[in-house]
Amino acid sequence: MNKKNYNLSKWITGKGPKSDIVISSRIRLARNIEKIPFTHQSNSKQLEEVIKKVNNTLAKNNNKFSKDNEFNLEYIDMNKLSKIEKNILVEKHLISPPHAKSEHKRGLIINEDQDISIMVNEEDHLRIQILKPGLQLNECWKRADTVDDFFENEIDFAFSKKWGYLSSCPTNMGTGLRSSIMVHLPALNITNNIEKMLGAVSQLGLAVRGLYGEGSESAGNVYQISNQITLGQTEKDIINNLESVTMQILEQENRARKRLLEENEDFILDKIKRAYGTLKYAHMINNNEALELLSYLKLGIDLEIIDNIEADLLSKLMILIRPYHLKNFFDEEISSDYQAVKRALLIQNYINKKEE
Amino acid sequence: MLCQRCGEKEATVHLKKIINNEKNEIYLCEECARETGHLDLKNNPFSIQNLLADIFNPNVESVSSNRKNLKCDNCGMSYHQFKEEGLFGCSECYDQFSEQIDRLAKRIHGSDNHIGKVPKRRGNKLRTEKKINYLKTEMEKAIEKEDFEKAAELRDKIHELEDEVRGD
Repeated sequence: MNKKNYNLSKWITGKGPKSDIVISSRIRLARNIEKIPFTHQSNSKQLEEVIKKVNNTLAKNNNKFSKDNEFNLEYIDMNKLSKIEKNILVEKHLISPPHAKSEHKRGLIINEDQDISIMVNEEDHLRIQILKPGLQLNECWKRADTVDDFFENEIDFAFSKKWGYLSSCPTNMGTGLRSSIMVHLPALNITNNIEKMLGAVSQLGLAVRGLYGEGSESAGNVYQISNQITLGQTEKDIINNLESVTMQILEQENRARKRLLEENEDFILDKIKRAYGTLKYAHMINNNEALELLSYLKLGIDLEIIDNIEADLLSKLMILIRPYHLKNFFDEEISSDYQAVKRALLIQNYINKKEE
Repeated sequence: MLCQRCGEKEATVHLKKIINNEKNEIYLCEECARETGHLDLKNNPFSIQNLLADIFNPNVESVSSNRKNLKCDNCGMSYHQFKEEGLFGCSECYDQFSEQIDRLAKRIHGSDNHIGKVPKRRGNKLRTEKKINYLKTEMEKAIEKEDFEKAAELRDKIHELEDEVRGD
């Protein structure tokens, strides 16, 4: 794999609207090629046929699809990547964990900014994903729509007038669209309002899950909210629904932050400063603790209590401190005990550099 | 992947049981897993058949035996297999199992009709094909009425559109 694929994607390093609370926006489209059995039912020859069709499209249309849309898409053969390369892609959210683990013929298409990533032969033949920083669901959809047209220009996608885009799993049929946002909600959590809020959200046909925790636990107050329904609504409806719910969550989180400062100022200042101190001086730190402390530090930056560190700290570090990024950063195999030492070191490097 | 019990929610619990060297795998949503006691490790007697029996059709046993024989011509997947795995085999399965999918779609999505995006290029083709069919019936009507001039006009138009579709 080209070394540049190790770099952090634009969705991690870039700035977007409302990025004090919304870390990123994501749109995913599920597409399948007509007649060829879905991935799990295909033999190697059929899987190769999918890969060939996709690559033919790239060869024919890349860079000249339209004047405004130069994608510069690059095909990567997943079967040729090392374990560390595959897991770096997982940690950056460019591929799913099953796509890293499985062994059948499969691929990945990305562009240089890595805002486009397309899994080939995952659960569906094509999983087109667009990732952008902050709240940019509409921008993501526009881009996904164009990338979709780019492939559809050459490939006959499985589509029925009644059922829409036909997907391997019936939960994706219709638009094949999963839109999601990643949000950082520390104040709602500290004020014990998170369960209530998330419960309300799930009644609106949206799914919520914690992110980045080890095991089932969520850590770092980071949540992912996404639509469940893909049929019977237009893409715009699905996106607008998620966006309006997100705006309400933003408002609640902002209100909770304000209330914390008004009613429990000492408590929250102490939490933030302790987090800062620990992150700066700890010798060892495990993943969940780091995420929790980074979450407080990020809250401190957003509340302008800490002003010498940049706000993109959380979105960058939550990726960089994950095991395979750590391994890659220090360019060595790290035993799990030693990982905590290296993690602390990496965080300190990062904070000290920002403080200078 | 869909829950194998309710067939509605995403399966988040994956159970693998090995009893006397026989491997059993089951995918459930959290709610069903809790209800059936699968999250409780001490109390765990289960059979896939029991769990699946009432997923798609809770009360009609005779019909479900017919469904067992339903098979997709294109990929060979049976409806029974779909129920177990929660994934379709190919795009043609949708046609083959269309009756069952209507009900399933309503339960998952609250709708059984797509109103979103239509493929750009193929969409045009679909629209043109629809138009060709319409013109063909019009032509037949014209022939019946012995209005051959109109029929010839329609025939030329149909040829034109058919060339267009092929040209794509």
